[in-house]
Amino acid sequence: MNRATIDIWVGAFVAAGFAGLLFLALKVGNMASFSLDKTYDVQAKFANIGGLKPRAPIKSAGVVVGRVSQIQFDNQSYEANVTFTIDAQYQFPRDTSAKILTSGLLGEQYVGLEAGGDSAMLKSGERVRLTQSAVVLENLISQFLFNKAAEDKEAKDKK
Amino acid sequence: MSQPPIVDIDRVSFGYDVARPVLHDVTVRMPQGKVFAIMGQSGCGKTTLLRIIGGALRPTSGTARVLGMDVASLDTGELYALRRKMGMLFQFGALFTDLSVYDNVAFPLREHTDLPAGVIRDLVLLKLEAVGLRGAAQLKPSELSGGMARRVALARAIALDPKLIMYDEPFTALDPISLGVVTRLIRRLNDSLGATSIVVTHDVAETLPFVDHVFFMADGRVVAEGPPAEVVRAQVPFVTQFVHGSLDGAVPFHFPAPAYPADLGLDAKA
Amino acid sequence: MALREPLQRLGHSMTERILRLGFAARFFAYMLLHSGTALRRFHLTIREIYFAGVLSLIIILVSGLFVGMVLALQGYETLQRYGSSEALGILVALSLVRELGPVVAGLLFASRAGSAITAEIGLMKATEQIAAMEMMAVDPIARVVAPRFWAGVISMPLLAVLFSAMGIFGGYLVGVQLIGVDEGAFWSQMQAKVDFRNDILNGVIKSVVFGVAVTWIAVFEGYDAQPTAEGVSSATTRTVVTSSLAILALDFVLTALMFTGGNAG
Repeated sequence: MNRATIDIWVGAFVAAGFAGLLFLALKVGNMASFSLDKTYDVQAKFANIGGLKPRAPIKSAGVVVGRVSQIQFDNQSYEANVTFTIDAQYQFPRDTSAKILTSGLLGEQYVGLEAGGDSAMLKSGERVRLTQSAVVLENLISQFLFNKAAEDKEAKDKK
Repeated sequence: MSQPPIVDIDRVSFGYDVARPVLHDVTVRMPQGKVFAIMGQSGCGKTTLLRIIGGALRPTSGTARVLGMDVASLDTGELYALRRKMGMLFQFGALFTDLSVYDNVAFPLREHTDLPAGVIRDLVLLKLEAVGLRGAAQLKPSELSGGMARRVALARAIALDPKLIMYDEPFTALDPISLGVVTRLIRRLNDSLGATSIVVTHDVAETLPFVDHVFFMADGRVVAEGPPAEVVRAQVPFVTQFVHGSLDGAVPFHFPAPAYPADLGLDAKA
Repeated sequence: MALREPLQRLGHSMTERILRLGFAARFFAYMLLHSGTALRRFHLTIREIYFAGVLSLIIILVSGLFVGMVLALQGYETLQRYGSSEALGILVALSLVRELGPVVAGLLFASRAGSAITAEIGLMKATEQIAAMEMMAVDPIARVVAPRFWAGVISMPLLAVLFSAMGIFGGYLVGVQLIGVDEGAFWSQMQAKVDFRNDILNGVIKSVVFGVAVTWIAVFEGYDAQPTAEGVSSATTRTVVTSSLAILALDFVLTALMFTGGNAG
C-alpha cells in the first residue's frame, strides 16, 4: 500500500465526511434559515407566558420571522419580559401586537405577530405595546365550568 | 592506554527492588576497537548490564560511563544524542514488521539526518551489501528467515556508523550456516568501522574463537575475565564447568530440595 | 476474620486501578506534548487515518443504513397509532444526529479500530520493536502512539456524520419508498425541527469527545500491555470494554449538558 494510494483514500474519506456534514446541515437541518443573518431585538411584556421557551419561533402570517432569545421576570411589574430577536429583513409597525399561541391543540407555544397600521417601524431596543398572554388551560376550564353553571342557573330561573 | 575506555563500568550494582539485587559491584572496562563477550547462564545479569550500558536502566550504585559520559546523569535529549552513536541488535532482530527491509535500514537515517533520498538510498544499499542482503531490499520482514532477519537488523544497527555496537544473544535459534555468517559479520564490521562490539551470549563454541576479551558472569558478579585462551586455562571452577558444559561443578545439578528418601516416604516410621 | 482477604484484594485492586488511571493521565499529557512529529510529518497521521478511518467505513455505512431503516420501521408503528406518522422524519433524524450517530459509530469504532490499534502497539511492544526504537533514539510515543491518537480523533466525527447521513437515507428508503409516508412532509418537518447548532453540531462535539476517549484508551492499553500473547489479547479486550463503557458514560453526561434544561438555550 504505497503512499499515493493511501493519500487518495484518506482524501476521499475526509471529503465524504464533509459532504455528509453538508447534507445534514442543508437537507436535514435548518441551516438554510438565518443563522448568520442580521437581526434586531425588541422587548414585550406578558402577564403569563405559559409554556413559551427561549428559541421558540416568532411567526407572522404563519411564517417564521425570528426567535425568542430571552425570558426574564420583571420584579417591579410582576410580569414576564420577553426579548424577541427578529430577522433584519422584516420590519414591523410600532403598533404591532404580539400574542402567545399554541401550534395545534396541545403543541408547543410560539409568538404570533400581527402587524398594525402605524407608518413608523419598530427599531432595535423598542417595546411592543400590545400583548396578549398565553391561554392557560386551567383558567379556560374553570371559565367554561363557570359559564356552564351560569347557563344552567339561567335556565332554571326561567322555568 | 592513552584513550579512555569506550565503556567504563565502575562498581555498579543494580536491583529492581532492594531485596533482590541483580548486579553486585560489577567492574568492567572496555577499550576501543575490540570485540568483547559477556557470557554466563540465563539470569546472571548479562542482559541487565547491557541495558545499563544502553542507558535503559539506572544503576542503583556505582558509575556507568559510555563514550565518556555518565549515562545515569543524562537527560532525555542527551541520552538520545548518545544513543545515536550506539547500535543495538536485539535477540530476534526486532525489525519493524510494517516496513520493508529497505525502510527498516533507512529508518535511523530518515529519523536522524536530513540527507536527500538519493544519498539515503546509497547508504542503505551499502549497509545491506555489507551483510549480503542487498537483493532482499524490497522484501517484508515476514518473508525473511530468522537468519536473514538477524542480518537485516544488523545492517540497521550500523546504519549510522556507531562507535559502540551491542548484540543481545545474536546466535539464538540460528542454523550453523547463519551462525557462521553472523560471527564473521560481527568481527568484520567491528574492524572496518573501528568500533567496539559487545556480544552477550551463552554460546561458547561459536563465540570464544572470534572475540578479543571475555567476561564471565555468575549471580550478578564478574567471576573471570581475559582473552579467551587465558580464561579457559585459568581453572576458575565456574568457567571450567561453563566451557565444558559439565553436569556438576560450581553450579550444582540439583535444585535445593529435601533429602530424597524422606521425600519418597522411605523414612516413614512403621 | 473471613472477610479479611477479600477486603484486602478489593482494596488492592482499587489502588491498582487508581494508580493505573494516574499513569494513563500522565501518558496522555506526554503524548499531547510530543505530538509535534505527528503533526509536522503529517503523512504518518494520514497513514493511520487510512487504517483507522477508511477501513472502518464499510461497517459504519452498512450499520448506519440498517439502524436508520429499523428506526423508520419501529417509529412508524408507534407514530401512526397517534396519527403522527408524518413526524417520522423528525424521529429518525433527531435520534440519529443527537444520539445514535455518535454513540453507535463510537462503539463500532472502538471494536474495530480501537482493538486493532491496541493489538498493533501491544505486539510491537512484545516483539521488542518499541525497545529497538528507543535504542535508536526515536521516541516511540511521538513516532508510533501520537499519530494513531490524532488519526482516531480526526476519524471519529467523520464516521459519526456518515453514520447519521446513511441512517437518515435508510429511514427515507423505508419510510417514504417502502411504507409510503409523504415525502414532502418527511423532509420539511425534519428541516423545521432539526437545528444545526443545537442538534447537528452538538452531535459532532459528542463524537469528537468519544474519539478522544476511545483512541486514548486504545493507545494506552496497547502501550501498557504485558509483552506476551495473553497480555496483548487481554489488553485488546480491555480496550473494547473500557471504551464502550466510557462512551456510554460520557454520552449521559454530554446529553445532560446539551439537550436537557429548556432554558439552557
